Amino acid sequence: MQVRIKKSGTWTRAIVFYLMLTMICGVIYPLVVTGLGQLLFKDQANGSIIEVNGKKYGSALLGQQYTDNAHMWGRIMNVDTHTYKNKEGKAVMYAAPSNLSPASDETAALVAQRVAKIKAADPDQKETAIPVDLVTCSGSGLDPGISVAAANYQVPRIAKAHHLSEAQVKTIITQCTSGKFLGIFGERTVNVLKVNLMLDGIL
Amino acid sequence: MASIILEYGLYLVILVALGIPLGGYIERVMAGEHTFLSRVCDPVENGITRVLKIDREEEMDWKQYLKSVLAFSVCGLVFLFLLLMTQGFLAGNPQGVKGMRWDLAFNTAVSFVTNTNWQAYSGESQLSDLTQMLGMTVQNFVSAGTGIAVLFALIRGFNKVKEKGLGSFWVDVTRVIVHVLLPLNLVLALALIGGGVVQNLKGGETVDLLEPIAVSADGNVMDNAVIDQNAGTVSVNGKTVAGATIVTQEFVPMGPGASQIAIKQTGTNGGGFMGVNSAHPLENPSSFTNSLEMLSILLIPVALCFSFGRAVKNKKQGIAIFCAMFICLCVALAALAVNEQLGTPELAQNGSVDLSWSAEQCGGNMEGKEARFGIVSSSTWAAFTTAASNGSVNAMHDSLTPLGGMVTMLLMQLGEVIFGGVGCGLYGMLAFAILTVFIAGLMVGRTPEFLGKKIEPYEMKWAVLVCLATPIAILAGSGIAMSIPGVVDSLTNSGAHGFSEILYAYSSCGGNNGSAFAGLAANTPFFNITLGMVMLFARFLPIAGILAISGNLVQKKRIAVTAGTLSTTNGTFVFLLILIVLLIGALSFFPALSLGPLAEFFSQMM
Repeated sequence: MQVRIKKSGTWTRAIVFYLMLTMICGVIYPLVVTGLGQLLFKDQANGSIIEVNGKKYGSALLGQQYTDNAHMWGRIMNVDTHTYKNKEGKAVMYAAPSNLSPASDETAALVAQRVAKIKAADPDQKETAIPVDLVTCSGSGLDPGISVAAANYQVPRIAKAHHLSEAQVKTIITQCTSGKFLGIFGERTVNVLKVNLMLDGIL
Repeated sequence: MASIILEYGLYLVILVALGIPLGGYIERVMAGEHTFLSRVCDPVENGITRVLKIDREEEMDWKQYLKSVLAFSVCGLVFLFLLLMTQGFLAGNPQGVKGMRWDLAFNTAVSFVTNTNWQAYSGESQLSDLTQMLGMTVQNFVSAGTGIAVLFALIRGFNKVKEKGLGSFWVDVTRVIVHVLLPLNLVLALALIGGGVVQNLKGGETVDLLEPIAVSADGNVMDNAVIDQNAGTVSVNGKTVAGATIVTQEFVPMGPGASQIAIKQTGTNGGGFMGVNSAHPLENPSSFTNSLEMLSILLIPVALCFSFGRAVKNKKQGIAIFCAMFICLCVALAALAVNEQLGTPELAQNGSVDLSWSAEQCGGNMEGKEARFGIVSSSTWAAFTTAASNGSVNAMHDSLTPLGGMVTMLLMQLGEVIFGGVGCGLYGMLAFAILTVFIAGLMVGRTPEFLGKKIEPYEMKWAVLVCLATPIAILAGSGIAMSIPGVVDSLTNSGAHGFSEILYAYSSCGGNNGSAFAGLAANTPFFNITLGMVMLFARFLPIAGILAISGNLVQKKRIAVTAGTLSTTNGTFVFLLILIVLLIGALSFFPALSLGPLAEFFSQMM
């Protein structure tokens, strides 16, 4: 077979080809996905925001910082109040990961501080080892969940602060726990914001 | 314990089970055969070729193929560079982000054109929605398409006898994007939205915090402050603090996320929509989305091994290459998993922190990891993303244990051939295969040949360059960086781990991976420019080499298989291939690794 070789027009073709693919992959594709997403999964596509009586109590997917003894505490947050502002120009909160080596002296010192703080908040549990996710910063800095062990560890403190029985707090925790995908993949986690909204009687 | 092993095992099994049929599909598409999607996709393909006035039978020799790759990449580079610089003046910018500084725009444009997707910026605060769509999403498609096109140009070099043409670059890229990437990502993106990934065109939202935060006048968060929201005052131990402000809201980033996140996973791009990539709860909200995104990393690289076997009419050859890659992946994954599950004494605090695995928690090194992914899904992702040159992360690699972090670095330093990027991983591995048959041929005194084509000095020279491009780029880059005095200011960690941050950066860019030890503040002119050069070198030198090899092979006659032919499909060959890959990687990087992660590990023991 005779090989036919195209000699010219490489640059013209490259430019036209690039513009065509920009239209297809950069305009049509994302707009189709946006349209279908808004149609089929409106809540999820817009940030899974928890809205009660017109007030937006956070996104179910974004962690917040809790220090109140009556609230469940989440992962350690590296809070950032410099980067973002709201429409009125006031600073709003965001967070970032620590990027510290878990084998560094700095991590050892920080973890020791966190252990001391958690034990001080609940002296009765001085002898119990603290689940590791309560004293470490997450990958996003915005982790909305903690392990079931980390949630259960806090039950006595929360129950005392709210004058509830431990069983009542545990019921709330169970309602806010999401399982593994197909029972196998990932971890069971407790959504800290939802637990706290239920404790406060908002949800 | 059994459930942990089951989870690791199932991830691998599902991956291969999906890869085999997809491999067959891609091979049929690239050969121009009819598939079940032809009725939908053919009209689009025909439309594109008609506008470009391409004759579907048209052929390019290797130099024209290379020229087309380069011209196309330059178009992308220029377009993206200008878009990033001017995004502040353009529409589709609800957050009001500014244009990038020239060095950051250069670095980012190079990064996306070379399929590296190294990010010296943070997506939610520095890119407009328009840039995410027209810039990032488009490059994710076309750089992936380019890699697969070059792979098939190489395969044609083996397949054709005494010809010149390697196929048409335009047709190859069109077919990959229209028949493979677009349908796959459309489905994946919708599934991700269903799982909670954002997809809209409005700017970020603000929501109220349940507990307001007190910030002191110098910008630090105050831990023990008492906040009186009605009066707007902050007090510590009963005394009002002057100048303190109360933050009552949280930022929720938005934008066309899912459409870009799908293709950055399947195209081994890895550039996150958000700064912290798939660790971000709005980019990867659940174990469902995580399973999809994680399997997507290696799906096409695995599939291409089987496409290759079918295309060269020797399925065993595809399986042999697959086995070599898969064995390395499993060993690396096991090493990572054990180290992350064990954690470190700094975290354990003599037993006051519980690092053990139980039904209620995963334990282990949770610093930098998300609770919903735990150790298993984070370790698997870390191994997948550095084996493939994907570079997306769902946990912070800077916070991996010293030896766990070393595994991720080594996977990149091996030249991104343990599956590697779409197309480029496999053509890189085939360069190693050429090296292997040559060395094995010398040892037993046989004429080296591969897939029926004689391997001669011309192929060897280029194969050596392809295999050494990554080590040269990494070692030269990190060596220069370490000799510049101001560079240490960019580090988050000190000592051996600080050196690891720099070594990781150059390994990531030299492997066209894109993940980071993100403690490194890489947005400086020095890093932006040197890392940009490293990415260009490590991407385009191998492409040139591979096309040159193919252009030479395509003209050769086919040699009949005889008793004297060295088998390239048996266990011995797989073993030799792994050995050569490890030998080049280990010899090149052992000194550097012993200054970084190994030094950190051993100093921890003392």
